[in-house]
Amino acid sequence: MKSRRFVLTFPPDATGEPITYNLIKKYDIMVNIVKADVSPGKIGHLVMEMTAPAKVLKEGMAYMQKQNVECVPIDRTITYREDLCIHCGACSAVCFAGALTMNRKTAELSFEPEKCVVCELCLTACPLKLFSIDLG
Amino acid sequence: MTKKRTVEEINEKIRSGKAVVLTAEQVSAMGREATPAEIAERVDVVTTGTFGPMCSSGMFINFGHTNPPMRMERITLNNVPVCAGIAAVDAYIGATETALPHDEYGGAHVIEELIAGKDVLLQATAKGTDCYPRTEVKTYISKETVNEMIMFNPRNAYQNYNVAVNSTGKIKHTYMGTLLPAFGNANFSTSGELSPLLNDPEMRTIGVGTRIFFGGTTGYVAWHGTQFNTGKPVNKHGVPVGNSATLALIGNAAEMSTRFMRAAYFEKYGVSMFVGVGIPIPVLDEDMARRVMVRNSQIETNIMDYGSPDHDILGRTDYQSLYSGEITVNGMKIRTAPLSSIKVAREIAEILREEITAGRFLLTEPVEHFQKTSGLNSLEIRL
Repeated sequence: MKSRRFVLTFPPDATGEPITYNLIKKYDIMVNIVKADVSPGKIGHLVMEMTAPAKVLKEGMAYMQKQNVECVPIDRTITYREDLCIHCGACSAVCFAGALTMNRKTAELSFEPEKCVVCELCLTACPLKLFSIDLG
Repeated sequence: MTKKRTVEEINEKIRSGKAVVLTAEQVSAMGREATPAEIAERVDVVTTGTFGPMCSSGMFINFGHTNPPMRMERITLNNVPVCAGIAAVDAYIGATETALPHDEYGGAHVIEELIAGKDVLLQATAKGTDCYPRTEVKTYISKETVNEMIMFNPRNAYQNYNVAVNSTGKIKHTYMGTLLPAFGNANFSTSGELSPLLNDPEMRTIGVGTRIFFGGTTGYVAWHGTQFNTGKPVNKHGVPVGNSATLALIGNAAEMSTRFMRAAYFEKYGVSMFVGVGIPIPVLDEDMARRVMVRNSQIETNIMDYGSPDHDILGRTDYQSLYSGEITVNGMKIRTAPLSSIKVAREIAEILREEITAGRFLLTEPVEHFQKTSGLNSLEIRL
Protein backbone atom coordinates (compact mmCIF):
# COMPACT_ATOMS: atom_id res chain seq x y z
CA MET A 1 0.00 0.00 0.00
CA LYS A 2 1.15 3.44 -0.84
CA SER A 3 -0.05 6.77 0.53
CA ARG A 4 0.50 9.92 -1.47
CA ARG A 5 -0.88 13.44 -1.51
CA PHE A 6 -2.10 15.03 -4.71
CA VAL A 7 -3.39 18.38 -5.88
CA LEU A 8 -6.26 17.84 -8.32
CA THR A 9 -7.19 20.67 -10.65
CA PHE A 10 -10.61 20.50 -12.26
CA PRO A 11 -11.28 22.40 -15.49
CA PRO A 12 -14.15 24.95 -15.42
CA ASP A 13 -16.11 22.70 -17.79
CA ALA A 14 -15.72 19.52 -15.76
CA THR A 15 -18.07 16.80 -16.99
CA GLY A 16 -19.78 16.41 -13.69
CA GLU A 17 -18.52 12.84 -13.45
CA PRO A 18 -18.30 11.85 -9.77
CA ILE A 19 -14.51 11.48 -9.77
CA THR A 20 -13.96 10.86 -6.08
CA TYR A 21 -16.83 8.39 -5.93
CA ASN A 22 -15.40 6.45 -8.86
CA LEU A 23 -11.90 6.42 -7.35
CA ILE A 24 -13.35 4.75 -4.29
CA LYS A 25 -15.93 2.43 -5.86
CA LYS A 26 -14.23 1.43 -9.10
CA TYR A 27 -10.57 1.53 -8.08
CA ASP A 28 -10.87 0.82 -4.35
CA ILE A 29 -8.60 3.72 -3.49
CA MET A 30 -8.77 5.03 0.08
CA VAL A 31 -9.39 8.75 -0.27
CA ASN A 32 -8.90 11.43 2.34
CA ILE A 33 -9.83 14.96 1.27
CA VAL A 34 -7.53 17.52 2.88
CA LYS A 35 -8.83 20.64 1.19
CA ALA A 36 -11.52 21.33 -1.39
CA ASP A 37 -12.34 24.42 -3.37
CA VAL A 38 -14.65 23.44 -6.19
CA SER A 39 -17.54 25.46 -7.56
CA PRO A 40 -19.37 25.18 -10.90
CA GLY A 41 -17.95 27.20 -13.80
CA LYS A 42 -14.63 27.85 -12.09
CA ILE A 43 -11.30 26.07 -11.92
CA GLY A 44 -11.50 23.83 -8.88
CA HIS A 45 -8.82 22.50 -6.58
CA LEU A 46 -8.88 19.43 -4.42
CA VAL A 47 -6.05 18.35 -2.18
CA MET A 48 -6.31 14.71 -1.20
CA GLU A 49 -4.41 11.80 0.10
CA MET A 50 -4.86 8.54 -1.79
CA THR A 51 -3.92 5.18 -0.37
CA ALA A 52 -3.77 2.08 -2.57
CA PRO A 53 -1.25 -0.38 -4.07
CA ALA A 54 1.08 1.52 -6.47
CA LYS A 55 -0.47 -0.14 -9.55
CA VAL A 56 -4.00 0.86 -8.56
CA LEU A 57 -2.87 4.43 -7.84
CA LYS A 58 -1.44 4.60 -11.33
CA GLU A 59 -4.74 3.40 -12.82
CA GLY A 60 -6.64 5.97 -10.77
CA MET A 61 -4.37 8.73 -12.03
CA ALA A 62 -4.84 7.60 -15.62
CA TYR A 63 -8.62 7.66 -15.11
CA MET A 64 -8.44 11.26 -13.83
CA GLN A 65 -6.28 12.30 -16.75
CA LYS A 66 -8.96 10.95 -19.08
CA GLN A 67 -11.48 13.19 -17.34
CA ASN A 68 -9.21 16.24 -17.93
CA VAL A 69 -8.46 16.45 -14.24
CA GLU A 70 -4.86 17.40 -13.62
CA CYS A 71 -3.35 15.33 -10.86
CA VAL A 72 -0.01 16.44 -9.43
CA PRO A 73 1.61 14.57 -6.56
CA ILE A 74 2.93 16.70 -3.70
CA ASP A 75 6.48 15.55 -3.32
CA ARG A 76 8.01 18.86 -2.37
CA THR A 77 7.88 20.43 1.05
CA ILE A 78 8.18 23.96 2.34
CA THR A 79 10.75 24.85 4.95
CA TYR A 80 11.42 28.17 6.65
CA ARG A 81 14.10 29.82 8.77
CA GLU A 82 12.22 29.90 12.05
CA ASP A 83 15.23 31.38 13.86
CA LEU A 84 15.08 34.53 11.70
CA CYS A 85 11.28 34.92 11.75
CA ILE A 86 9.90 38.18 13.18
CA HIS A 87 6.32 36.80 13.42
CA CYS A 88 4.81 39.60 11.36
CA GLY A 89 2.08 37.40 9.88
CA ALA A 90 2.45 38.34 6.20
CA CYS A 91 2.76 34.66 5.18
CA SER A 92 -0.41 33.70 7.05
CA ALA A 93 -2.28 36.13 4.80
CA VAL A 94 -1.79 33.95 1.73
CA CYS A 95 -1.93 30.50 3.30
CA PHE A 96 -5.43 29.44 2.28
CA ALA A 97 -4.60 25.88 3.31
CA GLY A 98 -4.30 27.03 6.92
CA ALA A 99 -0.80 25.62 7.46
CA LEU A 100 0.61 29.01 8.47
CA THR A 101 -1.42 30.67 11.21
CA MET A 102 -0.86 33.25 13.91
CA ASN A 103 -1.29 32.02 17.47
CA ARG A 104 -3.69 34.54 18.99
CA LYS A 105 -2.28 34.22 22.48
CA THR A 106 1.49 34.20 21.84
CA ALA A 107 1.30 36.24 18.59
CA GLU A 108 3.74 33.72 17.13
CA LEU A 109 3.64 32.10 13.71
CA SER A 110 2.72 28.44 13.73
CA PHE A 111 3.51 26.15 10.80
CA GLU A 112 1.73 22.81 10.44
CA PRO A 113 3.49 21.11 7.49
CA GLU A 114 0.84 18.38 7.24
CA LYS A 115 -1.70 21.02 6.14
CA CYS A 116 0.65 22.56 3.56
CA VAL A 117 -0.42 22.09 -0.07
CA VAL A 118 2.85 23.56 -1.42
CA CYS A 119 1.10 26.37 -3.30
CA GLU A 120 4.33 28.35 -2.79
CA LEU A 121 2.56 31.67 -2.13
CA CYS A 122 4.43 32.08 1.18
CA LEU A 123 7.74 32.14 -0.72
CA THR A 124 6.91 35.55 -2.15
CA ALA A 125 4.65 36.79 0.66
CA CYS A 126 7.35 36.61 3.34
CA PRO A 127 9.02 40.06 3.43
CA LEU A 128 12.17 38.50 4.88
CA LYS A 129 12.31 35.70 2.29
CA LEU A 130 12.60 32.98 4.91
CA PHE A 131 10.69 30.25 3.03
CA SER A 132 12.19 27.82 0.58
CA ILE A 133 11.20 24.70 -1.32
CA ASP A 134 12.72 21.43 -0.29
CA LEU A 135 12.70 19.09 -3.27
CA GLY A 136 13.09 16.07 -1.00
CA MET B 1 -11.29 63.78 41.12
CA THR B 2 -7.82 62.32 41.30
CA LYS B 3 -4.80 64.52 41.69
CA LYS B 4 -2.71 65.39 38.68
CA ARG B 5 0.97 64.59 38.34
CA THR B 6 3.71 66.24 36.36
CA VAL B 7 6.34 64.45 34.29
CA GLU B 8 8.94 65.63 36.83
CA GLU B 9 7.00 64.06 39.70
CA ILE B 10 6.81 60.79 37.77
CA ASN B 11 10.57 60.97 37.08
CA GLU B 12 11.17 61.43 40.81
CA LYS B 13 9.26 58.19 41.44
CA ILE B 14 11.25 56.46 38.66
CA ARG B 15 14.55 57.60 40.22
CA SER B 16 13.52 56.33 43.63
CA GLY B 17 12.37 53.01 42.12
CA LYS B 18 8.74 53.55 43.17
CA ALA B 19 7.09 54.15 39.80
CA VAL B 20 4.34 51.79 38.73
CA VAL B 21 4.94 51.00 35.09
CA LEU B 22 2.65 48.80 32.97
CA THR B 23 2.56 47.90 29.31
CA ALA B 24 -0.34 49.20 27.21
CA GLU B 25 -1.77 45.66 27.02
CA GLN B 26 -1.61 45.26 30.78
CA VAL B 27 -3.38 48.56 31.39
CA SER B 28 -6.03 47.77 28.74
CA ALA B 29 -6.76 44.50 30.56
CA MET B 30 -6.80 46.32 33.90
CA GLY B 31 -9.24 48.82 32.41
CA ARG B 32 -11.93 46.13 32.17
CA GLU B 33 -12.29 46.23 35.96
CA ALA B 34 -10.87 49.59 37.01
CA THR B 35 -12.15 53.10 36.29
CA PRO B 36 -9.98 55.83 34.73
CA ALA B 37 -9.79 57.50 38.15
CA GLU B 38 -8.44 54.28 39.71
CA ILE B 39 -5.92 53.77 36.91
CA ALA B 40 -4.77 57.40 37.26
CA GLU B 41 -4.30 56.77 40.97
CA ARG B 42 -2.37 53.49 40.60
CA VAL B 43 -0.35 53.74 37.39
CA ASP B 44 2.44 56.22 36.62
CA VAL B 45 3.67 55.17 33.17
CA VAL B 46 2.35 53.02 30.32
CA THR B 47 4.75 51.62 27.74
CA THR B 48 3.81 51.04 24.12
CA GLY B 49 5.48 49.30 21.18
CA THR B 50 5.25 48.68 17.48
CA PHE B 51 7.32 46.75 14.94
CA GLY B 52 6.00 47.14 11.43
CA PRO B 53 7.24 47.96 7.94
CA MET B 54 7.93 51.72 7.78
CA CYS B 55 9.13 52.76 4.32
CA SER B 56 9.90 56.36 5.21
CA SER B 57 13.15 55.52 6.99
CA GLY B 58 16.82 56.10 6.35
CA MET B 59 20.22 56.79 7.79
CA PHE B 60 22.72 59.64 7.60
CA ILE B 61 26.28 58.42 7.44
CA ASN B 62 29.66 60.14 7.52
CA PHE B 63 32.40 57.98 5.98
CA GLY B 64 35.44 59.93 7.19
CA HIS B 65 37.90 61.61 4.81
CA THR B 66 40.37 59.86 2.55
CA ASN B 67 43.88 61.21 2.03
CA PRO B 68 43.99 63.12 -0.30
CA PRO B 69 40.37 64.13 0.40
CA MET B 70 37.40 63.69 -1.89
CA ARG B 71 34.06 65.41 -2.34
CA MET B 72 31.98 62.30 -3.10
CA GLU B 73 29.33 63.03 -5.72
CA ARG B 74 27.99 59.63 -6.82
CA ILE B 75 27.97 57.01 -4.10
CA THR B 76 26.81 53.41 -3.87
CA LEU B 77 26.87 51.08 -0.86
CA ASN B 78 26.76 47.39 -1.85
CA ASN B 79 25.72 48.77 -5.26
CA VAL B 80 22.71 50.58 -3.81
CA PRO B 81 22.76 54.28 -4.79
CA VAL B 82 22.62 56.59 -1.78
CA CYS B 83 21.90 60.32 -1.63
CA ALA B 84 25.26 62.06 -1.95
CA GLY B 85 23.96 65.57 -2.50
CA ILE B 86 25.21 66.81 0.86
CA ALA B 87 28.69 67.66 2.17
CA ALA B 88 31.86 65.87 0.99
CA VAL B 89 31.64 62.56 2.87
CA ASP B 90 28.09 62.73 4.23
CA ALA B 91 25.32 60.69 2.66
CA TYR B 92 21.75 59.58 3.33
CA ILE B 93 20.79 55.97 2.77
CA GLY B 94 17.12 55.83 1.88
CA ALA B 95 15.60 52.55 3.09
CA THR B 96 13.63 51.92 -0.10
CA GLU B 97 16.40 52.73 -2.60
CA THR B 98 17.34 49.64 -4.59
CA ALA B 99 20.26 48.37 -6.64
CA LEU B 100 18.23 48.17 -9.86
CA PRO B 101 17.60 45.92 -11.67
CA HIS B 102 17.93 43.81 -8.53
CA ASP B 103 15.13 45.42 -6.61
CA GLU B 104 15.05 42.81 -3.84
CA TYR B 105 18.11 44.35 -2.16
CA GLY B 106 18.10 47.95 -1.07
CA GLY B 107 18.93 50.68 1.39
CA ALA B 108 17.20 48.90 4.26
CA HIS B 109 19.45 45.87 3.73
CA VAL B 110 22.55 48.11 3.72
CA ILE B 111 21.37 49.73 6.96
CA GLU B 112 20.69 46.33 8.55
CA GLU B 113 24.15 45.07 7.55
CA LEU B 114 25.84 48.18 8.95
CA ILE B 115 23.91 47.84 12.22
CA ALA B 116 24.95 44.17 12.34
CA GLY B 117 28.60 45.27 12.11
CA LYS B 118 29.20 43.79 8.65
CA ASP B 119 31.51 45.22 5.98
CA VAL B 120 29.74 47.15 3.23
CA LEU B 121 31.30 48.05 -0.14
CA LEU B 122 31.61 51.81 -0.68
CA GLN B 123 32.15 53.08 -4.23
CA ALA B 124 32.18 56.77 -5.07
CA THR B 125 33.21 59.08 -7.86
CA ALA B 126 33.75 62.82 -8.09
CA LYS B 127 34.93 65.41 -10.58
CA GLY B 128 37.78 66.48 -8.22
CA THR B 129 38.25 70.03 -6.99
CA ASP B 130 41.22 72.11 -5.86
CA CYS B 131 40.35 71.40 -2.25
CA TYR B 132 39.11 67.81 -2.85
CA PRO B 133 41.40 66.40 -5.58
CA ARG B 134 40.52 62.68 -5.33
CA THR B 135 38.10 61.43 -8.03
CA GLU B 136 37.28 57.89 -7.02
CA VAL B 137 37.27 55.50 -4.12
CA LYS B 138 36.45 51.82 -3.61
CA THR B 139 36.76 50.31 -0.16
CA TYR B 140 34.91 48.55 2.63
CA ILE B 141 33.30 50.47 5.47
CA SER B 142 31.65 49.25 8.67
CA LYS B 143 30.16 50.54 11.88
CA GLU B 144 33.71 50.61 13.28
CA THR B 145 35.25 52.68 10.46
CA VAL B 146 32.65 55.43 9.93
CA ASN B 147 32.18 58.53 12.08
CA GLU B 148 28.41 58.68 12.45
CA MET B 149 25.40 56.52 11.63
CA ILE B 150 22.34 58.62 12.45
CA MET B 151 18.99 57.01 11.80
CA PHE B 152 16.54 59.68 10.75
CA ASN B 153 13.12 58.45 9.72
CA PRO B 154 10.82 61.13 8.30
CA ARG B 155 7.61 59.15 8.81
CA ASN B 156 7.24 56.35 11.36
CA ALA B 157 4.73 55.02 13.87
CA TYR B 158 1.56 55.79 11.93
CA GLN B 159 -1.36 56.45 14.20
CA ASN B 160 -3.72 53.81 12.87
CA TYR B 161 -3.75 52.50 9.30
CA ASN B 162 -6.31 51.07 6.94
CA VAL B 163 -7.06 47.42 6.23
CA ALA B 164 -6.30 46.25 2.70
CA VAL B 165 -8.49 43.92 0.63
CA ASN B 166 -8.62 43.08 -3.07
CA SER B 167 -11.92 42.93 -4.98
CA THR B 168 -10.40 42.04 -8.35
CA GLY B 169 -9.94 38.62 -9.88
CA LYS B 170 -6.16 38.90 -9.81
CA ILE B 171 -3.60 38.67 -7.04
CA LYS B 172 -2.25 42.10 -5.99
CA HIS B 173 1.26 42.59 -4.66
CA THR B 174 1.27 45.69 -2.45
CA TYR B 175 3.08 47.32 0.45
CA MET B 176 0.21 45.83 2.47
CA GLY B 177 1.49 42.39 1.50
CA THR B 178 0.01 39.88 -0.95
CA LEU B 179 -3.70 40.44 -1.45
CA LEU B 180 -5.48 37.37 -2.75
CA PRO B 181 -8.17 37.87 -5.42
CA ALA B 182 -11.89 38.05 -4.68
CA PHE B 183 -11.46 39.21 -1.08
CA GLY B 184 -9.25 36.21 -0.27
CA ASN B 185 -7.68 38.01 2.69
CA ALA B 186 -7.59 41.29 4.62
CA ASN B 187 -4.21 42.61 5.74
CA PHE B 188 -3.68 45.18 8.48
CA SER B 189 -0.67 46.82 10.03
CA THR B 190 -0.61 48.43 13.43
CA SER B 191 -0.10 46.99 16.87
CA GLY B 192 -3.59 48.10 18.00
CA GLU B 193 -3.85 48.80 21.72
CA LEU B 194 -0.03 48.53 21.98
CA SER B 195 0.58 51.20 19.35
CA PRO B 196 2.29 54.41 20.60
CA LEU B 197 0.09 57.10 19.06
CA LEU B 198 -3.13 55.20 19.76
CA ASN B 199 -2.40 55.49 23.49
CA ASP B 200 -2.06 59.26 23.35
CA PRO B 201 -4.27 60.12 20.39
CA GLU B 202 -4.16 63.88 20.94
CA MET B 203 -0.40 63.80 21.59
CA ARG B 204 -0.66 65.54 24.95
CA THR B 205 2.58 63.87 26.13
CA ILE B 206 4.35 63.19 22.81
CA GLY B 207 6.02 66.04 20.93
CA VAL B 208 9.36 67.36 19.74
CA GLY B 209 12.12 65.98 21.94
CA THR B 210 10.23 63.03 23.45
CA ARG B 211 12.67 60.30 24.50
CA ILE B 212 11.71 56.92 23.05
CA PHE B 213 12.84 53.35 22.41
CA PHE B 214 14.09 53.35 18.83
CA GLY B 215 15.49 50.31 17.04
CA GLY B 216 16.95 48.82 20.21
CA THR B 217 18.41 51.97 21.72
CA THR B 218 17.28 55.33 23.05
CA GLY B 219 16.09 57.77 20.41
CA TYR B 220 14.03 60.91 20.17
CA VAL B 221 11.03 62.34 18.40
CA ALA B 222 12.62 64.91 16.08
CA TRP B 223 9.51 66.47 14.60
CA HIS B 224 6.04 65.57 13.52
CA GLY B 225 6.25 63.01 10.74
CA THR B 226 5.58 63.74 7.09
CA GLN B 227 1.92 63.43 5.99
CA PHE B 228 1.02 64.31 9.60
CA ASN B 229 -2.74 64.66 9.60
CA THR B 230 -4.84 65.33 12.67
CA GLY B 231 -7.87 66.10 10.55
CA LYS B 232 -9.19 62.52 10.41
CA PRO B 233 -12.57 61.70 11.94
CA VAL B 234 -12.40 60.53 15.55
CA ASN B 235 -14.67 57.75 16.87
CA LYS B 236 -16.55 57.87 20.17
CA HIS B 237 -13.52 56.49 22.01
CA GLY B 238 -11.36 59.39 20.84
CA VAL B 239 -9.45 57.29 18.30
CA PRO B 240 -8.81 58.63 14.78
CA VAL B 241 -10.21 56.26 12.16
CA GLY B 242 -7.68 55.59 9.41
CA ASN B 243 -4.10 56.79 9.01
CA SER B 244 -3.55 60.14 10.71
CA ALA B 245 -0.63 61.38 12.86
CA THR B 246 2.98 60.28 12.23
CA LEU B 247 6.40 60.89 13.84
CA ALA B 248 9.85 61.79 12.55
CA LEU B 249 12.39 59.91 14.65
CA ILE B 250 16.11 60.25 15.25
CA GLY B 251 18.63 57.99 16.97
CA ASN B 252 22.12 56.53 16.92
CA ALA B 253 22.04 53.60 14.47
CA ALA B 254 25.46 52.43 15.67
CA GLU B 255 23.76 51.44 18.97
CA MET B 256 20.76 49.81 17.33
CA SER B 257 20.05 46.09 17.04
CA THR B 258 18.96 44.04 14.05
CA ARG B 259 16.39 42.46 16.35
CA PHE B 260 14.47 45.75 16.05
CA MET B 261 15.66 46.99 12.62
CA ARG B 262 15.01 44.50 9.82
CA ALA B 263 15.09 44.95 6.07
CA ALA B 264 12.10 43.68 4.14
CA TYR B 265 11.13 43.07 0.55
CA PHE B 266 7.51 43.14 -0.52
CA GLU B 267 7.02 41.18 -3.70
CA LYS B 268 6.72 43.35 -6.82
CA TYR B 269 6.59 46.46 -4.61
CA GLY B 270 10.08 46.88 -3.28
CA VAL B 271 12.21 47.28 -0.21
CA SER B 272 11.00 48.52 3.16
CA MET B 273 12.18 48.28 6.73
CA PHE B 274 10.67 46.89 9.91
CA VAL B 275 11.35 49.51 12.58
CA GLY B 276 10.91 48.98 16.30
CA VAL B 277 9.49 51.94 18.22
CA GLY B 278 8.30 52.21 21.81
CA ILE B 279 7.05 55.33 23.56
CA PRO B 280 6.37 55.69 27.28
CA ILE B 281 3.18 57.56 28.14
CA PRO B 282 3.04 59.35 31.49
CA VAL B 283 -0.37 58.98 33.15
CA LEU B 284 -0.68 62.64 34.09
CA ASP B 285 -4.36 62.62 34.97
CA GLU B 286 -7.68 60.87 34.51
CA ASP B 287 -7.90 61.91 30.87
CA MET B 288 -4.57 60.24 30.06
CA ALA B 289 -5.67 57.17 32.06
CA ARG B 290 -8.75 56.92 29.88
CA ARG B 291 -6.56 57.15 26.76
CA VAL B 292 -4.08 54.43 27.74
CA MET B 293 -6.93 52.09 28.71
CA VAL B 294 -8.06 51.96 25.08
CA ARG B 295 -8.81 48.41 23.94
CA ASN B 296 -8.59 46.73 20.54
CA SER B 297 -12.40 46.62 20.35
CA GLN B 298 -12.47 50.44 20.61
CA ILE B 299 -9.86 51.10 17.92
CA GLU B 300 -11.52 51.23 14.53
CA THR B 301 -10.17 51.59 11.03
CA ASN B 302 -11.33 51.63 7.42
CA ILE B 303 -11.36 48.65 5.08
CA MET B 304 -9.96 49.74 1.73
CA ASP B 305 -10.16 48.01 -1.61
CA TYR B 306 -6.64 48.08 -3.03
CA GLY B 307 -8.11 46.58 -6.19
CA SER B 308 -9.97 49.80 -7.02
CA PRO B 309 -8.04 52.77 -8.45
CA ASP B 310 -9.15 55.16 -5.71
CA HIS B 311 -8.86 52.64 -2.88
CA ASP B 312 -12.60 52.71 -2.15
CA ILE B 313 -13.58 52.44 1.50
CA LEU B 314 -15.79 49.38 1.91
CA GLY B 315 -16.54 49.65 5.59
CA ARG B 316 -15.15 49.89 9.07
CA THR B 317 -13.83 47.29 11.48
CA ASP B 318 -12.01 47.18 14.81
CA TYR B 319 -8.78 45.56 15.94
CA GLN B 320 -10.46 42.96 18.13
CA SER B 321 -12.15 41.60 15.00
CA LEU B 322 -8.94 41.89 12.98
CA TYR B 323 -6.96 39.89 15.56
CA SER B 324 -9.75 37.28 15.76
CA GLY B 325 -8.66 36.05 12.32
CA GLU B 326 -11.82 36.96 10.42
CA ILE B 327 -13.85 40.06 9.58
CA THR B 328 -17.14 40.45 7.77
CA VAL B 329 -17.36 42.91 4.90
CA ASN B 330 -20.67 43.37 3.08
CA GLY B 331 -21.79 39.98 4.40
CA MET B 332 -18.59 38.25 3.26
CA LYS B 333 -16.31 36.56 5.74
CA ILE B 334 -12.67 37.44 5.06
CA ARG B 335 -9.57 35.94 6.68
CA THR B 336 -7.35 38.56 8.32
CA ALA B 337 -3.58 38.72 8.73
CA PRO B 338 -1.29 41.22 10.42
CA LEU B 339 1.86 42.67 8.83
CA SER B 340 3.13 44.27 12.02
CA SER B 341 4.67 41.90 14.57
CA ILE B 342 2.76 41.88 17.85
CA LYS B 343 5.33 39.53 19.33
CA VAL B 344 8.16 42.05 18.85
CA ALA B 345 5.89 45.01 19.77
CA ARG B 346 5.21 43.28 23.10
CA GLU B 347 8.92 42.70 23.57
CA ILE B 348 9.60 46.43 23.01
CA ALA B 349 6.89 47.53 25.47
CA GLU B 350 8.29 45.06 28.02
CA ILE B 351 11.92 46.24 27.59
CA LEU B 352 10.79 49.82 28.02
CA ARG B 353 8.76 48.83 31.11
CA GLU B 354 11.80 47.14 32.65
CA GLU B 355 14.13 50.04 31.82
CA ILE B 356 11.79 52.59 33.40
CA THR B 357 11.07 50.41 36.43
CA ALA B 358 14.82 50.01 36.98
CA GLY B 359 15.31 53.78 36.82
CA ARG B 360 17.42 53.66 33.63
CA PHE B 361 14.97 55.50 31.38
CA LEU B 362 13.46 58.84 32.37
CA LEU B 363 10.47 60.49 30.74
CA THR B 364 10.56 63.81 28.94
CA GLU B 365 8.16 66.63 28.49
CA PRO B 366 7.78 67.73 24.85
CA VAL B 367 9.98 70.70 24.01
CA GLU B 368 7.19 71.68 21.64
CA HIS B 369 3.73 70.22 21.02
CA PHE B 370 2.60 69.44 17.49
CA GLN B 371 0.30 71.83 15.68
CA LYS B 372 -3.09 70.53 14.63
CA THR B 373 -3.57 70.17 10.88
CA SER B 374 -6.69 70.05 8.76
CA GLY B 375 -5.69 67.65 6.02
CA LEU B 376 -3.05 66.90 3.42
CA ASN B 377 -2.15 68.53 0.15
CA SER B 378 -2.20 66.32 -2.88
CA LEU B 379 0.11 66.86 -5.83
CA GLU B 380 -1.63 68.75 -8.59
CA ILE B 381 -0.36 68.31 -12.12
CA ARG B 382 0.11 71.90 -13.29
CA LEU B 383 1.65 71.32 -16.71
